[in-house]
Amino acid sequence: MSIASGSVDGIPAAEVPDVELYHPRSWITKWVFSQDAKVIGIQYALTATAIGLVALVLSWLMRLQLGFPGVFDFITPAEYYQFITMHGMIMVVYLLTALFLGGFGNYLIPLMIGARDMVFPYMNMLSYWIYLLAVLVLVASFFAPGGPTGAGWTLYPPQSILSGTPGGQDWGIILMLLSLMLFIIGFTMGGLNYVVTVLQARARGMTMMRMPLTVWGIFTATVMALLAFPALFVSAVMMLLDRLLGTSFFMPALVEMGQRLNHEGGSPLLFQHLFWFFGHPEVYIVALPAFGIVSDLISVHARRNIFGYRMMVWAIIIIGALSFIVWAHHMYVSGMNPYFGFFFATTTLIIAVPTAIKVYNWLLTLWRGDIHLTVPMLFALAFIVTFVNGGLTGLFLGNVVVDVPLSDTMFVVAHFHMVMGVAPIFVIFGAIYHWYPKITGRMLNEVMGRIHFWVSFLGAYLIFFPMHYIGLLGVPRRYHEIGETAFVPASAHTLNAFISVMALIVGAAQIVFLFNLAWSIRRGRSAGDNPWNAASLEWQTPQTPPPHGNWGQDLPVVYRWAYDYSVPGAAQDFIPQNQPPAKAAE
Amino acid sequence: MTAIILYVAVLGSIAAWWLSRQRLMAKPWLEVGAAGEAPGTGASEVPAAKLGLWVFLAVVGALLTLFVSAYLMRMHMSQDWRPLPTPWMLWFNTALLALSSFGLHRAQMAARIGWRQGIEVGMIAGGLAALGFLAGQYLAWQQVMAEGFGVATNPSSSFFYLITTVHGLHLLGGLVVLGRTIYRTARGAGLEQLRLSVELCATYWHFLLVAWIALFGLLLHG
Repeated sequence: MSIASGSVDGIPAAEVPDVELYHPRSWITKWVFSQDAKVIGIQYALTATAIGLVALVLSWLMRLQLGFPGVFDFITPAEYYQFITMHGMIMVVYLLTALFLGGFGNYLIPLMIGARDMVFPYMNMLSYWIYLLAVLVLVASFFAPGGPTGAGWTLYPPQSILSGTPGGQDWGIILMLLSLMLFIIGFTMGGLNYVVTVLQARARGMTMMRMPLTVWGIFTATVMALLAFPALFVSAVMMLLDRLLGTSFFMPALVEMGQRLNHEGGSPLLFQHLFWFFGHPEVYIVALPAFGIVSDLISVHARRNIFGYRMMVWAIIIIGALSFIVWAHHMYVSGMNPYFGFFFATTTLIIAVPTAIKVYNWLLTLWRGDIHLTVPMLFALAFIVTFVNGGLTGLFLGNVVVDVPLSDTMFVVAHFHMVMGVAPIFVIFGAIYHWYPKITGRMLNEVMGRIHFWVSFLGAYLIFFPMHYIGLLGVPRRYHEIGETAFVPASAHTLNAFISVMALIVGAAQIVFLFNLAWSIRRGRSAGDNPWNAASLEWQTPQTPPPHGNWGQDLPVVYRWAYDYSVPGAAQDFIPQNQPPAKAAE
Repeated sequence: MTAIILYVAVLGSIAAWWLSRQRLMAKPWLEVGAAGEAPGTGASEVPAAKLGLWVFLAVVGALLTLFVSAYLMRMHMSQDWRPLPTPWMLWFNTALLALSSFGLHRAQMAARIGWRQGIEVGMIAGGLAALGFLAGQYLAWQQVMAEGFGVATNPSSSFFYLITTVHGLHLLGGLVVLGRTIYRTARGAGLEQLRLSVELCATYWHFLLVAWIALFGLLLHG
């Protein structure tokens, strides 16, 4: 720990020299090619939401087909696969990853650690535009000859580049791989920014152990993503070469339609290793920011300091580290040495320990708290319940013997939608309701918020609870149409129809949310600087919404952690992080 | 996947060492800093750009290590691997890249003592040697091609073209930055700024040299 010599009024001189800000000269550089992290964060969020809506519509189409087979003739089996693939890929990579890291990361990191901006603003801007390009390339594949790829979001070879798979021998898979490569390049530019900003640009007094857990979550997830995404990049490059130049990295010798293909000796398993070396950390790249954000929401809206802050930080770090040695639990059904299976099952189950610590700490934070059931809090609570649900079925699936029979059923679909779909999305909603007042200066409408919450929350359970059940019955996933089978009873078909109707309703509820977002920009109740009476630094900006440079004349000085709520003897039930001790006691 | 696991383990150890210095045992709820004793942030005094470069190198390292992992796995997963005849050109190229790295090292030394001409000469020499390396890599491709190993002939040659391309593209990116730095030196940029820029270029070059030696070793092994 080093403090530069010289001090002003007894306060050690800034370790972080005030940066010279870039100043936008025109409307275009202020709002379009902006280098301000806050604008970039909003751009990321809007783009991710837009492409997420496409994925939402795709899920509707899939549910229509599954719930009412034969009714919607225009959904062919090939299209069904394309919908599955694009829905999964968009939701996991282009929505969740981009929104948590690019969106919330950009908006919140500088504000929460008391910096003026990211350390490399120009690169930050490039990061967004490359992300947008990646999204456009992805969208282009919908219009390419043959349509988008239908290989499943895992893009397993050899099927992903064979002619039997939609887009396999057309443009679909090529555009998909190019888009992923662009995404990774763009993300790396942003990721370098988030990491170095957290390391180097914290305000005076903001030690690592005083950072809000949101920043810890985003920071750790970014470090993981920087190391995991290269694995996806490598597999994308090699698959592209297999597809375009006829190499045999992943492609074994194959006979297709009576024709011997030119590939020989390649290993599909190699792809799976590389893919899941990215794919499993990816789960936590999405989950860790969600963990962090939810900790902050719960603490603020229960007016309680977070229980076990240190444990929470350690758990984030341990989960991040462990997630790099569990990847092969996605490959139990690909066949492996039983000892490997044992190893990966063990590491997988060990992750439950730090995760459970987090859940207990959330509960203990709520215990005897002054719980305000605001919309952000509702979503945070919904997250905990949903995450526990999805986590428990994860314990089932982490065991090889249970996973093998369930792996190809709807049970897995229900599991990962609970844990990786619904749970993080609830956090995103909660976070938007929570920080929208800071971003726009106005509150989101409460009534619309509650309608949105209850329909989404109950609806999500009505969708995914029955799905576990039909999975246990043995209803397979990835099937365009089940047809007549001996083991699927008629009631399962009824349930399927029910799930589809609920999916349509929950999807429609999101329109209320989007309308609320647009409506409240002008019509929302004025929020003031700190509507939730929160202690963390982003609520202490001199202006709301924070202007370029965030902090006006002087950078804030931090005197305490971010969770001083209901401190005995304090004048208010919260003490802002930048409040000097003498003043807090007044 | 052994290579990448080892790589992540090494990075993890560095991260653990760094974390151990962040007072992870602190009890922030008890520590209210009075104005005079506000704890420092623990941020290092390394310039952001330098730290950014090191983080970037860690990412590039992961990328290259993953290629190494894929190479080794593919080599042993199937019986079709044919050893690649190593073109002698690669030895010459390696020497060129080392020379290039040395040039940048000299430039960095010159920057340290504030000798502007030395900076320029070092960087230009280093840049030219790097261009020579890239041209040499192209010739090495031709040699391998002449031996009858095309891109799709055998995984050994596929990997050879792929890995040299990935490494070459990173060098090419470095050359763009180096070109900008040379331009700025010629335009008389401030010495303090130059010192950092030259140092960053040199670090990147040394990294790419070490990476190349490792990758070359791998190609010889295959």
